[in-house]
Order: sequence, then C-alpha cells, then structure tokens
Amino acid sequence: MIEIKDLHKSYKMGSNSLHVLKGINFTVEDGELVAIMGSSGSGKSTLLNILGMLDGADSGEYTLDGVPIKNLSETKAAEYRNKFLGFVFQSFNLINYKSALENVALPLYYQKVPRKERQEKAMQYLDRVGLKPWANHLPSELSGGQKQRVAIARAMAAEPKVLLADEPTGALDSTTSYEVMDLIQKINDDGNTILVVTHEEDIAHMCKRIVHLKDGIIVEDKKIEQVRAGQYV
Amino acid sequence: MFNRDRWREILEVLTSNVWRTIFTAFGVCWGIFILIVLLAAGKGLENGIKQDFGDIATNTMFMWTRATTKPYEGLPKGRSFEFKISDVQAIQDNVPNMRYISPRNQLGGFRGTNNVVRGIRTGAYNVYGDYPEIINQDPMTVTSGRFLNFNDIQDKRKVAIIGQGVKNDLYDKDEEVLGTYIKIQGVNFMVIGTYKKNDSGGGEEGQKEIFVPFTAFSQAFNRGENVGWMAITAKDGSSISQLKDKIIKVMKERHKVHPEDTRAIGYFDLYEQYNRVESLFGALKGVAYIVGIMVLLSGIIGVSNIMLIVVKERTKEIGIRRALGEQPWSIKKQILMESIFLTIISGMVGIIFGSLVIYGINSLLDSVGPVDMFMNPSVSVGVVSGALLILMISGLLAGFIPAQSAIRVRPIEALRTE
Repeated sequence: MIEIKDLHKSYKMGSNSLHVLKGINFTVEDGELVAIMGSSGSGKSTLLNILGMLDGADSGEYTLDGVPIKNLSETKAAEYRNKFLGFVFQSFNLINYKSALENVALPLYYQKVPRKERQEKAMQYLDRVGLKPWANHLPSELSGGQKQRVAIARAMAAEPKVLLADEPTGALDSTTSYEVMDLIQKINDDGNTILVVTHEEDIAHMCKRIVHLKDGIIVEDKKIEQVRAGQYV
Repeated sequence: MFNRDRWREILEVLTSNVWRTIFTAFGVCWGIFILIVLLAAGKGLENGIKQDFGDIATNTMFMWTRATTKPYEGLPKGRSFEFKISDVQAIQDNVPNMRYISPRNQLGGFRGTNNVVRGIRTGAYNVYGDYPEIINQDPMTVTSGRFLNFNDIQDKRKVAIIGQGVKNDLYDKDEEVLGTYIKIQGVNFMVIGTYKKNDSGGGEEGQKEIFVPFTAFSQAFNRGENVGWMAITAKDGSSISQLKDKIIKVMKERHKVHPEDTRAIGYFDLYEQYNRVESLFGALKGVAYIVGIMVLLSGIIGVSNIMLIVVKERTKEIGIRRALGEQPWSIKKQILMESIFLTIISGMVGIIFGSLVIYGINSLLDSVGPVDMFMNPSVSVGVVSGALLILMISGLLAGFIPAQSAIRVRPIEALRTE
C-alpha cells in the first residue's frame, strides 16, 4: 500500500538547515495498523505530513497504492488527498460553525457527491462511531472524545485507502483515548490501513506493528501482539 | 454557482460579525449612492437646459445674406444680394440628405411698429411668409383650424395662422376667430387657424407670430422672387454641420460671390450649438463617473481589507479543508463569491437609497413647480445596470488579493495556526 525509499527532508532555519528525515525506508501492507513512535523532534510528524501529501520530500521515492507521489501540483495533491487519505488530528480540527453531520459530509462534498446521498452516507458513518443522536450538534457542544469520533467519521467518509492519525489521543484522557483506539481497531478490523503517530506506549501497543523513529531514522520496526482496547472500555 | 452549501457558507461568514460587515458594506453603499445621485443631478441639469431647445429640430441651420466683402467676376465688394426662391431647388439638387429647406420672409421684428390692424385694435407682430414644412422645424400646436398647406402656396391664398398672444390682443375672450380678417400692412388676410407654442419655444414672443403662405406674402409685400433667409434641416443620421459648407458653396456659386468671401453669407448652426451643450453634459457625466468611482474605490479597498482579515481568521479552517481535499480554486471561488456578494448587496442598498433620494427630489420639484435649468433628475436602467456591472467587477477585484493569499498558505502551515 505504502512504499517509501530513502526519504530525506530538511528544513531551512535561517542560515543552517535542519535535517529531519535522514533516509527512511519502509513499507506498509494492506490492512496494517502501524504505530509510528518517537520522541518529539524525531521526525514522526514530518513523516506523516509527507505521507499525507501536506508536505513534499526533498529526495526519495513515495508510492501510494501504486501511484508515485512526486512533484504534485496543489490541485493534484488536493485530489489525491481527497481520494486516498483520511486525516485525524490531535486537535480534532472540526469546522466549528458546521454541525457534526456537515463536518462528516465535507470530504464527500469535495468529491461532488449529490447533497442527499452525501447526507445519508455521512449519517451512516456517524452511526458507526455511535454519534447519530448528535448529528446536528455543533462541535462546541460535543466532548473531546465525541469530537475525535466525528473527526474519525469524517476521515472515513471519503473511503480512503489509508487513514493517517496524528496523535489522535493526545488531547484526551485515558478512558476516552481507549474508546477512540477501540474505534480505530474496529475500523482496522474491517480491512482499512491505518497509521497512527503517537508517543504513548500503551496506545502504540494497541497497534499491530511499531516503528520507532529516532533522529530521523528508523531504529526499530517490529510486529507486536495487539492489545485490544475494548477490554478497558 | 447556485450551490446551497456554498451560499450557506457565504451567509455564515458574512453574518458571523454583523457590525463589521455592515460598516464594510457602508463604504461601497456610499460610493454607489454618490455615483447615482451625481449622475441623476447631471441628468436633471441636462433636462433643464435641453428643455430650452424645446422641440425645435436641432439638426438645423439658418442662413441669410450679407454684403460681399470681396470683388469677384467684375462685381464690386460691398454689393448686397438676396437669395432667390430658385435657390431652394438648387440646394435640393446639389446637396444630398436634405430633409426640409424652408425659405422664409419676415415683416416686423424686435420692437417693430404696429403692423397688424383689426377693427380698432392694433399690434406689432412678427409676420412670416412660410412653407407648410416650417411646422416641422419650428414646432407648434395648432389649437384651432389648420396650419398652412400646399394649396395655400399654390393659389397664393391670403390666409393667416395667428398665435395665442395675437388672438388675446386682437380678439375678445369668447370671440370666434376662424374666418375673420386681419389687416397686415394694409392687406387683408383671413384667419384660418390659431397655434400655441410650448413655453420654451421663444416664450412670450413665440406666441405673437403670424404665419402666412410664402407666395401670398411675396406677392402682397412685393418681395418678388426674394427669400429673406432659409431654415435648412438635414436628414437624421447626417449632420447639418458637415453639409453646411457644401450648401454655402452652392449659394456662393449661384450668387457670384468670391469663394473665399466668408462674410457674404451669414448662418447660425443650431446643431453645432446643440452639440456643444451635448458635449458639456458628456463631460459632466464623465466627472460624475470619475468622482463616483473614486468614492466607490475606497469602499472597495475596505471590502478587500475585510476579506483579508476574514481569510486570516479562517486560515486554519482553510488548512483543514485543503487537508480534506478541497481544490485550491474552489477555495478561491468561495472567497471571490463572498466578496462579490458583499459588494453587490451593499451596492444595491446604495442604488435603492440613491433612487429614493432622486424620487424625493422629483416630488419636491413637482410640488414647488418648475425650477430654472433643473428638471426631472433621473437615472436610466442602463446606468443602473452599468453600476451593477461596476460593482461586480469591483467585488471581483476586491476579492482577488485575499483569495490569492488564501491559497498561498500551504495546508500544513495553515493547520499549524492556532
């Protein structure tokens, strides 16, 4: 699904440049649930941004579902993001003047799905994250866990090939964190490929594979026994 | 364009900070208001001035003879000559696009002595010998009887059409006018009609004229073949000012006047005067547009500013949308539409207020009666749609920079903004 070869990325900070990614090689198969771990500054968010086509790499190859991702125009990048990727952010990033339902329907709107169909589909996904009764609530009327669940529903609504989650539990207490992870695991059980960036050990162990980043290189990449989040909920 | 979600969003954004939107809108509203009111005021002035031209055919010149100032073909300078009735046909034959050529003769004039008698009453009036076509060049309303016709010319009938003023002087209030006789310089003419000119057609003096057939006039007052002066109107679409030189040239040839003698034939080009007034109002309109658009411009800069702030405020939201896969041009379109929508709505309010003010002035003018040189200020539908077009373009311009800045921010940076 994802293939990365010798990925480099550096940022210019005034006169000196900061080499963030120093040759990353890794592959993600269909249906995997991968945790990317590392301390702050290890380059994990940068990697996720490049995977999410929000940022470009300096050198190296990136292939997503057989499509080479290179030198994309903004228009093309937007199209690929919409078609291939779903994002879940630490700070939820819901649009605060739109209801939960409208937020979920947004990616479908960009796919030019007709209004009625869009709303039906969005409702379906809201139902899957258990928030159907809150469909017409604004984000400000929802709790943190609920917001993140709306964000996940939104990410899934476009039926992406890969779900990218950047510290999805970073702003949540542990109980709601486990609820969110439970949801992510269930989505993964349905066969979706998911990448989770986190620095929390327990969250990482709820994935099926852990990739450790340190100072811009992968220091460890191992498959693990998944801890089901459901038992804590 | 007619996308429900897009419109909902536009309204959402514009109503999220109502007072800010209203203050911004005021700038544009004020600009278009000024534009409309200035144009209407200009139009009012124009209507007032043009009314003085009345219904006179403006594509007209008047031509008369004077003494020559150059000797030519053995004739001395200082020679006086007169147009002949055959000159009319000569102009008709040699100059294209002539509509009316009316030879005229006149008795009386400014502060003339009494020349018309009826019983014991007398009066001093302008008496014209005319062809029937003069009514098209110097319009008047026939209030009773009829105007001259070609049979009158043919038969040299001694008939007369008198003005309202003449009637008031020479007749009692309820007296029958038609069929009675008046004596013009000792010659009896039968009154066959009365006319009235509207207020602008020469005022008081305009009502004190008497029209008789040209041929009867010539015979009765010994003018022979002579013509006092001519009123010449060109066909619509060709200007008398351009044909003027040719007409004068023909006259000079026929009357043995030196081709370079510019003083021998006098003329008054009404069309040129009219055009001068026209171009004055053209310039006035131009000034109104410039001032209006300048004021509008400051309003538009206001809109542009606010849109920039809106974009800044929504940077994060724009980042989210782009992460979700919204196309850059779609974001740009959204910002542009917001800007155009705001501009047009506020412009419409300005147009409505402007129209109300014009309406108010009009009803004020109606109630106090006519004012000198100002009449019926108005703007045409053309001007209003022109104003809307200006608004549309301004909205587009106002939104352009903010829209550009909205998509210039990379999504990753936009997402980082807290």
